[in-house]
Amino acid sequence: MSLSRADVERISLLARLQLDSAELDQLTEQLGQIVGYIEKLSELDTDQIEPLAHTQDLTNVIRPDEQSASLPRDAALANAPQRDEECFRVPAVLGD
Amino acid sequence: MDLQKTTASELIEQLDAGQLSCQELTRAYLDRIEAHDGTIGAFLELDAEAAVAQAIAIDKRRAAGEQIGPLAGIPVAVKDILCRRDALTSCGSRMLADYRAPYDATVIARLRAADAVILGRTNMDEFAMGSSTENSAFQLTRNPWDPERIPGGSSGGAAAALAASLAPLSIGSDTGGSIRQPAALCGVVGLKPSYGRVSRYGLVAYASSLDQVGPLATTAEDTALLLQVLAGHDPLDSTSAPRQVPSYLEQISEPLQGLRIGVVRQHFGSGLDESIEQAVRAAIAQYESLGATVEEISMPHAEYGVATYYIIAPCEASSNLARYDGVHYGYRTDRQEMLDELEAEQSELAEDQADQLDSALVRMYRRSRAEGFGAEVKRRIMLGTYALSEGYYDAYYLKALKVRRLIREDYDAAFQQVDVIAGPVTANVAFRCGEKAGDPLSMYLEDLYTVTANLAGVPGISIPAGFSAEGLPIGLQLQAAPFQEQLLLRAAALYQAATDWHTRRPELA
Repeated sequence: MSLSRADVERISLLARLQLDSAELDQLTEQLGQIVGYIEKLSELDTDQIEPLAHTQDLTNVIRPDEQSASLPRDAALANAPQRDEECFRVPAVLGD
Repeated sequence: MDLQKTTASELIEQLDAGQLSCQELTRAYLDRIEAHDGTIGAFLELDAEAAVAQAIAIDKRRAAGEQIGPLAGIPVAVKDILCRRDALTSCGSRMLADYRAPYDATVIARLRAADAVILGRTNMDEFAMGSSTENSAFQLTRNPWDPERIPGGSSGGAAAALAASLAPLSIGSDTGGSIRQPAALCGVVGLKPSYGRVSRYGLVAYASSLDQVGPLATTAEDTALLLQVLAGHDPLDSTSAPRQVPSYLEQISEPLQGLRIGVVRQHFGSGLDESIEQAVRAAIAQYESLGATVEEISMPHAEYGVATYYIIAPCEASSNLARYDGVHYGYRTDRQEMLDELEAEQSELAEDQADQLDSALVRMYRRSRAEGFGAEVKRRIMLGTYALSEGYYDAYYLKALKVRRLIREDYDAAFQQVDVIAGPVTANVAFRCGEKAGDPLSMYLEDLYTVTANLAGVPGISIPAGFSAEGLPIGLQLQAAPFQEQLLLRAAALYQAATDWHTRRPELA
């Protein structure tokens, strides 16, 4: 599967990255090379193999349902690029 | 006090015997950093005042006969990837250049409880993505053995600090080799624990099913000392293993009889530097002379490790790094510039194309991430997003997870036959700064000997095992079955008792 410049542009929106024209050119070439190398995996027949997402044999790790302190609001907001007294501030989501 | 010749364990003895104070020791390291780190660039930031204050407090507690921790007064360097309350934690990225963590990582809390003195944070590849530390947004770190060369990565600052004797102990993290590879290239010891051995709480996430925090030191004994403090179950990390931690320090000097060493046929193919092959084979022969038996084993899927890793790790990264949105913390683009840009684009679009334009919020995300992340991080986010996108998930991500199982099964079969697997850490010694810039695939291929341990969740250690003709360090990698770190440490100690590679230090300008 080869990767086109249009593919890379589409992915950049999905990834929420803004790429300039030179970056799009370079990434089209580099990602194409990397994906070409990764195709190596198709040499292996894996039809009967179960995927392994995680190496720990743990399922449904639960903790006691006890209240504990959470991050105070001011600490949570302390690193915000823009905030008011109580909330994070962002550009308008709807309308202008 | 010759800091180039003293181990952490020896320093603890001297402190206990009253021959040395914590304050003297901490100041000695700070002076040495002052003298040499301008050239090396291992540290991004020093906490000199806090370190000295803590050292003085420990001296007082010791004098008063109070209980003190197992690392009392021992300076430790910490990779810039672990959250420390109210301190800068930037993960080598412009994105987090001003980020101050609101809490301590569990590993940091354990170091504090052990009364270690945290010297400062060490340089790394941005978000731990890289093998040379050249992807740091802030500075280059140089290999103490040859300042023209890279120290390895991503824990390059951690390894360089040890090699230059700027700290006796160092903390790194390893997702595909980021502890073992720089340890090998800088001639120090680096251990990647089994997945789940050390808590990841407060470790800035790269690829969560592969990331592990681990110790770097100059001897097996010091590595055991530090792992003892780091290891253990943590309710705050639900993937940390709820199992007992063995006494690594007590076990390390137990004799190791009948050790069965496996040598992987596929490790010695073309592409392995001749001096590394010689050093690794000599180390294996050394083990034989110490009573170990050596068997050739096969890991038929080892050659698929890099391809598997460079699907799974970027997929997890693209998901993990989605949190850097310019909203909650981290870098945000300039609002006015962003709005001006949108307005200019809108005036160029025909009326029926207006829906192609990003909303202000989406453009804020995109510009913030474009300006906050470096090239390698963007590359991996793009690769992961592509592999997870509609129509490609089965072909890439799912395929990689299946091959991951095959790799794990190779290990399971190998450990039916042998106790440890011995082999190279890297195919080449440290390369020159800039040599591989612009060729990401060739940089990725450098990881072939280390990524499989992360994919399978097994522990691996790199120990100094010789030098190339140009005087650059070579590492030997030992791997064991999950949660057999004590075996790795004992095997490393056995080798170090018979050799002196680990005692060599570079002459600094």
